[in-house]
Amino acid sequence: MKDYLVLRVVAKILIAFMLLFALYVQFHGDFGPGGGFQAGVISAAAVIFYAIIYGLPAARAVVPDWLVETMLAAGVLLYALVGVAGILLGGNYLDYFVLGADPVAGQHRGIFWVELGVLITVAGVMLKIFYVFAGRGSEEEPPS
Amino acid sequence: MTFASHYGYWVTIFLAIAGLYIVVARGNLVKKLVGLSIFQTSVYLLYIAPGKLIGGTAPIVADGFQVYSNPLPHVLILTAIVVGIATLALGLALVVRIKEAYGSIEEDEILAAERGD
Amino acid sequence: MISSHLPILLVVVPLIAAPVMVILRSGAAAWVLAIAVSWAALAISGALFVQVAGGGHVSYFLGSWPAPWGIEYRVDVVNAYLALLVGVVAAVVSVYSPRSVLAEIEPGRRYLFYTMYALCLSGLLGIAVTGDAFNLFVFLEISSLSSYVLIALGRDRRALMAAYQYLILGTIGATFYVIGVGMLYLATGTLNLADMAARLAGVSEPRAVLAALAFITVGVSLKLALFPLHLWLPNAYAYAPSAVTAFLAATATKVSVYVLLRYYYSVFGGSTVFHALPMGEILLVFSLAAMFIASTIAIFQENVKRMFAYSSVAQIGYITLGVALASMTGLTAGLVHVFNHALTKGALFLLLGGIALRAGAMRFGSIGGIGRVMPLTCFGIVLGGLSLIGVPATVGFVSKWYLVQAALERGSPWIAFAVVASSLLALVYVWRFIEVAYFREPDARVSALREAPASMLVPAWALIAACIYFGIDTDLTLGGAAAAAWELIRGPQ
Repeated sequence: MKDYLVLRVVAKILIAFMLLFALYVQFHGDFGPGGGFQAGVISAAAVIFYAIIYGLPAARAVVPDWLVETMLAAGVLLYALVGVAGILLGGNYLDYFVLGADPVAGQHRGIFWVELGVLITVAGVMLKIFYVFAGRGSEEEPPS
Repeated sequence: MTFASHYGYWVTIFLAIAGLYIVVARGNLVKKLVGLSIFQTSVYLLYIAPGKLIGGTAPIVADGFQVYSNPLPHVLILTAIVVGIATLALGLALVVRIKEAYGSIEEDEILAAERGD
Repeated sequence: MISSHLPILLVVVPLIAAPVMVILRSGAAAWVLAIAVSWAALAISGALFVQVAGGGHVSYFLGSWPAPWGIEYRVDVVNAYLALLVGVVAAVVSVYSPRSVLAEIEPGRRYLFYTMYALCLSGLLGIAVTGDAFNLFVFLEISSLSSYVLIALGRDRRALMAAYQYLILGTIGATFYVIGVGMLYLATGTLNLADMAARLAGVSEPRAVLAALAFITVGVSLKLALFPLHLWLPNAYAYAPSAVTAFLAATATKVSVYVLLRYYYSVFGGSTVFHALPMGEILLVFSLAAMFIASTIAIFQENVKRMFAYSSVAQIGYITLGVALASMTGLTAGLVHVFNHALTKGALFLLLGGIALRAGAMRFGSIGGIGRVMPLTCFGIVLGGLSLIGVPATVGFVSKWYLVQAALERGSPWIAFAVVASSLLALVYVWRFIEVAYFREPDARVSALREAPASMLVPAWALIAACIYFGIDTDLTLGGAAAAAWELIRGPQ
């Protein structure tokens, strides 16, 4: 599909906006629909869009397999470690009240970090699913 | 208590029965997964529809509003949706492997290939 | 300081180990972590059991949100009993697994096997300690999804179809459970189990509550493989890797029994369950059907693991028979059989894994005379089989003795007769194994086999020794089961 000029140009513009929109959804989860899961799916969709236009090997060069697997695990680890931080600072597991100077600031900080963890994991999972499914079977492009 | 005031529950029941019927009655493995997803979707509706209170606004504290819709069902269903996606992804991955192993995704053909044990 | 965080550490330690295993990406590091995590789970669950053995409960509030707004982990002697069981099985299976994983799983996937094992362990322990209805669903699905993956890692291509079938049926079961919880939430407005119990008394519309009870029963029965909802179990146990079969056979269905009991006694209350709905009679019918029909099907199986899987369905029938009898003795019998059957089936499947490792095949036709070349393994299987039948001085006898007592207390001697009769059926299929293993001439292939390796024999025989020991000295198992039954029957406090 990279032989079609219109698709290539539009994709290059759109992918940037998609990633930006994913960040917007991520940080506005406190005040409207959004949050880590939705943002993760949108950012994964941006990379998948790139893979559809430019081919799976090109996407694998940008976001390699080892990075995707590490993202998967790192997000879960981040979430779990935020909980452990709550224990180390004197509260219970996943206690956000103790993470900041006052309880409200602590809640903000806690939610921020766990949503970041969710973003990383969900983006990793969606990309991994796409790589695994799309990577099976023949993937040569038809000659133009 | 008319039919119209409870139509949310009727839709839930219809989706649930439709989903279960597809799981039972269709032999294609992917269709079974589709039926499972429809069944799970009916549960989302069961939780979310009663969460909206009549006259309730979005669950963000604001002056002048006393009645807020319940945000808890939304949180529960987000979790359930993620679980449903994980199940669907796992099921489809299994179907891909089954296709590679057996050459078919029709349940009766697969069972015929394994008859004898 | 750690002692106050025990309930959450039980769940979090395996949960943190899983992504660490993925990042390290090494099979060797993964099994070291798996063994460490399993033994840590055993230690923590043992400490929790000691804390609550005298009565009372330990409450832990996640995020420091007090109940009923936050998620509460509420550990009393029932939860601690189950968690201890899962810890014991995990500790034994984790020591056993490296050797069988080396033989059965390809090198690139071994760290993923242990990741899924850690997630499954975390999920099962989470089900055991949580006091929140939806949190229970989340952990139920964590353990179920990871067990689907674990089963699909089996060598045989039929493992894929078995995992798919288990996925479909297990997800339907979990969704039924969620529907039940949704109706309870609509009726009471809370998800905290203890709070729900308090509020259920004031619900004006009992029909919704009874419907919720029915949905939860069906959903959990799919998970615990109560006849006729057991169709996923034989294939899943037969074609999964050996360590996985042992782990799941000893823990997954038992934890589902706990969920059922927790809802019956601590949320709905015994009077609603057994008098407003004829749940006792329904469970009785299905338990008797499981005991007889599954044992009969087991007799005609060609695959050894499949035979013992059907035996599991029959033994689960004994557990639910204890639940159906709904008395202190019956509930004690059911709970003690949860522990005893876990020990017995865990040991049996570990030993069968040794045969699978050496002989490569699990059909009766291929292992004739194997008792002469693998004497320790086969003798262990014979002892496990005796426990399945319920011979005195094994754990199986203790459970059946209490079942018979409960049946006689209820004034239904025919149930006691049914328990004994189905044990005779168990004798038939155990004898089938003995006959094939000891009374047939080994062919050339079988004669060349050696005994199973020590790293697999020692854990398996540890469980067999436990079967005999706890059959003679029943203080721990029976005492724990009686305390748990008393805590349940007492009702919500």
